[in-house]
Parts: sequence; C-alpha cells; structure tokens
Amino acid sequence: MAQMSMIEAIRSAMDVMLGRDENVVVFGEDVGYFGGVFRCTAGLQEKYGPTRVFDSPINESGIVGAGIGMAAYGLRPCVEVQFADYIYPAYDQIVSEAARLRYRSAGQFTASMTIRSPCGGGIFGGQTHSQSPEALFTHVSGLKTIVPSTPYDAKGLLISAIEDDDPVVFLEPKRLYNGPFDGHPDRPAQSWAGHPQGDVPEDHYTVPIGKARLVRDGFDATIVTYGTMCFVAEAAVSETGIDAEIIDLRTLLPLDIDTIANSVRKTGRCMILHEATRTSGFGAELSAQIQEECFYNLEAPIVRVTGWDTPYPHAQEWQYFPGPERVGRELTNLMEAAS
Amino acid sequence: MGAGGEESSFSLCVFVWEVAVPEYSPLTFRVPEPPVRPGGEPDFSKFDVPKAGTVRRPEVDSDPDDMKDLATSLIRVLNRNAEAVGPWAGDIDTDLLLHGLRSMMRTRSFDERMMTLQRQGKTSFYMKCTGEEAIAVGQQLALLPGDMNFPTYRQQGLLICQDYPIVDMICQILSNERDPLHGRQLPVLYSAREYGFFTISGNLGTQYIHAVGWAMASAIKGDTKIATGWIGDGSTAENDFHAALVNASVYQPPVVLNIVNNQWAISSYQGIAGGDLATFAERALGYGIPSLRVDGNDFIAVHQVSKWAIERARRNLGPTLIEWVTYRVAPHSTSDDPSKYRPREESAAWPLGDPILRLKNHLIQRGLWSEERHKQAEAEFDEEMRLTAKEAERYGVMGEGASDRDIFEDVYKDMPPHLSKQRQELGV
Repeated sequence: MAQMSMIEAIRSAMDVMLGRDENVVVFGEDVGYFGGVFRCTAGLQEKYGPTRVFDSPINESGIVGAGIGMAAYGLRPCVEVQFADYIYPAYDQIVSEAARLRYRSAGQFTASMTIRSPCGGGIFGGQTHSQSPEALFTHVSGLKTIVPSTPYDAKGLLISAIEDDDPVVFLEPKRLYNGPFDGHPDRPAQSWAGHPQGDVPEDHYTVPIGKARLVRDGFDATIVTYGTMCFVAEAAVSETGIDAEIIDLRTLLPLDIDTIANSVRKTGRCMILHEATRTSGFGAELSAQIQEECFYNLEAPIVRVTGWDTPYPHAQEWQYFPGPERVGRELTNLMEAAS
Repeated sequence: MGAGGEESSFSLCVFVWEVAVPEYSPLTFRVPEPPVRPGGEPDFSKFDVPKAGTVRRPEVDSDPDDMKDLATSLIRVLNRNAEAVGPWAGDIDTDLLLHGLRSMMRTRSFDERMMTLQRQGKTSFYMKCTGEEAIAVGQQLALLPGDMNFPTYRQQGLLICQDYPIVDMICQILSNERDPLHGRQLPVLYSAREYGFFTISGNLGTQYIHAVGWAMASAIKGDTKIATGWIGDGSTAENDFHAALVNASVYQPPVVLNIVNNQWAISSYQGIAGGDLATFAERALGYGIPSLRVDGNDFIAVHQVSKWAIERARRNLGPTLIEWVTYRVAPHSTSDDPSKYRPREESAAWPLGDPILRLKNHLIQRGLWSEERHKQAEAEFDEEMRLTAKEAERYGVMGEGASDRDIFEDVYKDMPPHLSKQRQELGV
C-alpha cells in the first residue's frame, strides 16, 4: 500500500497497464514529455518511450478518432482530453463511432478504448474548465461512463476501464485530484494523505465497473451521487445530523440500480445530487428509475440538487456549485416533506 | 498650456482628423455555381486534361518537397488509342489486368441488379458506383492481405475484386436472416474484417482519421501492414479530413489517403467543397504530405499510382494523398434524382470517359480481350448477379428473418442488466 493522491493513483493505473499489456498506449495533448497539465502522465513517456506515451496535436476529434483506428487494429488506447469542456469536437467520434463500432459491425470491430477527461467545478474554472457533461455520454448506447471520487477507486476503475472491451468515458473530478473537497472553500484544503481512500495498492487491482459504493450507511434518506458531491453530501449529513445513506455511483452506465433501489426502499426518501445542470441531466434518469423501482416505498417526492441550468459562471462559483449549505437545506426539506 | 495667456486655458483639445475615406463598392457574397445546370449543354472546357504519359514519375523515396507539381497535374497512362504510355505505365501482369476488368464489370452488374432489387421493393436503399469502378478495384489489387481499407459507401469494388461472397453483400442489402450484420445496418454499409474492409459508417469523414490511427498502430507495433483511407470530394470539408491529415503529417504513419473526386456531393458540385480554386490534392501540400492527382477512370494509372503510394507506406516513407479525378455517373443514391441539378447528358460528356471501356479497349488492342469475350462476360456477370440475388432472396427481403433478439446484442461485449430487461420487455 502507498499513499496516493487521485493524480498519482490515475498515473499508477496507466503505469501498471502500460507495464502489463504492450497494446496499451497513452496519448493526448501535453500528455507525453511534459506529463500532462495535471501531471497524470508524469514520467510515463520516460519509462515506456514515445511510441507508447506521446503528445498529440490539438485536435480532440483526431485524438479519439486515431484511438478508434488503433483499437480497430487491436491496441488498447487510453487517450486524454485535457478538459471535459473540450470533449465536444470529439463528440461525433465518440457517439457515432466508438460507441457503435461493435454493434454496427456485429462484433467484427471493437473500440476497446478509454477516454479520460478531467471534469467538474469548484475551482474557479469558469465556463470552460468546470463542466460536467456526463449526461451527454450516459445517453449514448454503447458507452460506459465512469466518475470516480477517491484515489483507490480512480486507480481500480481506470484499470478496469483500460481492460474493458467496450469504450469507456472516464471523467475525473479535477477538484478531487489533490484531496477530498466537501464544498467549504473557506476551510483549508485537504490532502489525500491520511484519508483511508488514499491508501492505494501499488500494483494491479480492479474495482468493478457497474457497481456503486456505499459511502455512508444511513436510515433516514438516501443520497445518490458521484464525484465531488460525495464529499459535499457527507458534510451536509454531518452538519444537519440527518442520518442519510450516501451512495457513490462510481459507474453511471451501466447503472447499479439494485444498490440504489434497495437503499431507497429502506429509507423511503431520496435526494439526487450532482454538479451538472439540472434539465435532462443524469439526475433525471436516476429520478425516473428510482420512481419506477421504489414508487410504493417513497415517503416524499424525489429531490434533485444540481448545478443551475446556466453556463458555469466564474465570479459566482459558490452560488452555483451545490455546496453543503444548499444540500443540507434541501435534505432538511426532504425530511419534512410528505408524499 | 496657455503659456502665452492668449488662448483660453480651458479650451478642449478636439482633433478633427480629416480622414479621406476611400470609396468602396458594396461587398458581394460569393456562392460557387457549377458551370451548367439542367437544360444547359454540358461544359468541361475548363477541365484541363493533359495527354497521357506526360506526367513524371518520381522515385518513391523522393522528398515530398520535390513532388509538389504532381498535386496539380493529372497522371494518365491510357491514351486515346488505348495504349499504356509514359513513366507510369510500368508493367502489369496481364492476369491482373483481366481480373481488374472482370471485377469492374462485375461491380457494374452488381450495381445494376441491386438497383433493380430496390425498384422491386426488395430493399429500401442502394448506392451505385457507376463510373468509379476502376479506383477501388485498381487500388485493392495493389494491396496485400492484412492491409486495412477504411472505405466510404462507394467502394464496393474493394470487396467484389477480392471475390467476397456476393450473396453476403446482397443479404446485407436485404437485411435478411443471413445478413452478416444482423439487420442492424442500412443497406450498403458493409463490414468485412477478413477482407480488410472496415465497418462503414453513415457519418461522413469519420473513418479517414481511423485509417490514420490504424496505420499509427501498425507502426507502433513494428508491423508491415498499411491502411488506406477513403473519402469523397464533398466530405473533404468535414473536420475529420483535417484531423486525418494533421495526424498523418505529424506521425508519418503508413497510410494511403484517397480522395475520390467524382465532382458531386449529392447535388452540390465540387466547388461547394472548395474544389474550384485549388485541387483537392493540393490540400495535402500544406501538411507536407506528397500528393498526386490521377485520372480515376484509367485503371492502369490507378493501379500503378496506388502501388507507388503503397510502396512508400510499406517502406516507412510516410503517408501519401491521392486525388482520383472521376465522375459520379449514377444518381447519388436510389433516393436521388440528378436531373434536378445537373444536365442529363453530363456524364456522357465527361472527358475521362468510362473506366471499363478504356481498359477493355486497351486489352483488345493488346490482343488479350475481344468485343465478343466482353459481351459474353457482361452476360455472364449479369446472370451471376441475377442468380445470386435469387439465392439471397431465399433468406428474406426487406428485413425478413432478421431476429429481434439481435437488436440487443453487440451493443456491449456482455449485455448489461438494463438491456436484458429491455429485451424481456420486447418479449424476445
């Protein structure tokens, strides 16, 4: 075991896979020599050489498109898009090609590739360094979408993603890169050192795709969330004293609906919490499925706490980001609400 | 200020700058138009056709800087007398030429039969490649097993010249129980990995960068296989065209990047894709990629130039772009009516003629073929396609026999729970 930040855990996952499987290649903008703008690939080019880990032109469609071609050949590319906010030029390649390759060729060609991209806000990233576009990928059949929230899960899930034979969109909450963040920007930054989930095995291990993680056992309500919001939820629970169960989805698609439904059946109340904008966000899908599965167990309407339906602002960061105060208030309301 | 005390100390310093504003006429907006529209006389007078054999043939390892002229000329081998002339004529095995001719003829027969099937309501859709047969066939016959094509929907010749089972192609078009793609794909969007034929996508241009990525993989693994990318004139305007070229330029992978310039993108003439101010071949020069512009209706030129570019790729000398100049004789698809946007007689006036006729005449002139054998072969291939279509129809037409269970397979490697549930919902 070693203490790792999420950055180190992600780097370690690629290191392990580059060492284990010679078909794994890693590339993207500034990923090679420099080691990535977030240091997630630092040292990998030096260790594995520029034919395994290399810099790419600034062309997201080209990064993903070339990766698809490589996967069709038989490699396992793990490519990076520098910010999830810049993944849109690659959207055609992801949706029309990577996601559909297996289906349209009846399995003759597959896109065993991972598309890593830092996502999420809480860093004064403004409109184009803060977005959470996961719903654009969960809506696409053929893709798997993952959002880890801890170094341990980040490494185990990234190894699973690289080994997976289906294309995986792997969204990394950059706010969690260096330490957990509970939505209190006024308090000193925390680091992963000393955090139980910062204990990460140095060698190969996996965390299964499609399985949620129970962050906190509780009886009064269920908070279904992922990414940075897991820590915000914990803070809100401790500040309100409401005994809520917190579920970290980890994988958004395929969704672990059983874990969610079992929890909501037990608690009878459910809050869905994400950074992404509300309308047609992933929370809408969660709400619909929970309603279908747990209708007769619900004691109150399902509540969604999300980013507002606006572009991500700069100056108003903490009025936009669903912090512990807003979450706590909504949680209190949820406890008082009756169906 | 006001040191002399004569000026008001509060005078505002207003500069009235007398600028002589030049007179400009109002701007005008340019929308390129083809030279002729329906009702007009076809006019290719501005299309420059150099004599066959006049364009030089550099060594494959020449510096790309020294080949720039090849992007604006037109490599041609077969002259008016159907003789193969000039430095690109080379020496082609006569069996290969005969196989090339037969494959082009079979491709045309196939297209005609599939058009009939569509008109008979047995399939929903079809796309012919009439007039462009030489390009796919000529290049495929220069490739080796294991190389991978990334085709568009108009390179059926790649499969036909490899003797891919025609019945499987037709079953795909009919979406029947024997369809290799299980009824999931629109007709003609074939996939045949074993034949070096990448799965065709309806999204234009996407596969061009896949070809580059595949070639990068081959180089990363120290393999000797090469990739070929295919794109039409219209789709060169897509962003992935640039993505492919910039990556091909940067990493120098073993890829041959083909542009089939058939003058038309559905109803838009090639000027709408930016083809009237520069050749499509010239696009590559800005990327430092050697680029050749070739008579796409000249089978020998197609084959020889392909061989040259493939050799370059295989010898690790990097990518090559080739603009194949041809003409889309057929409607864009069975849903299209070209008489609404171009003269009916335009294809007949096309200065580069018909690829099958030109190779036929060459072979006759060399004593390797005859009018009689040609007629016989035509009849034989028409009959082959008629009988094969009949055979394919036994497995169903227009989606008959495609299994509903197959809707849910192959979305992922293993079926996730939500898809199993949806399959149960459909009751299959």
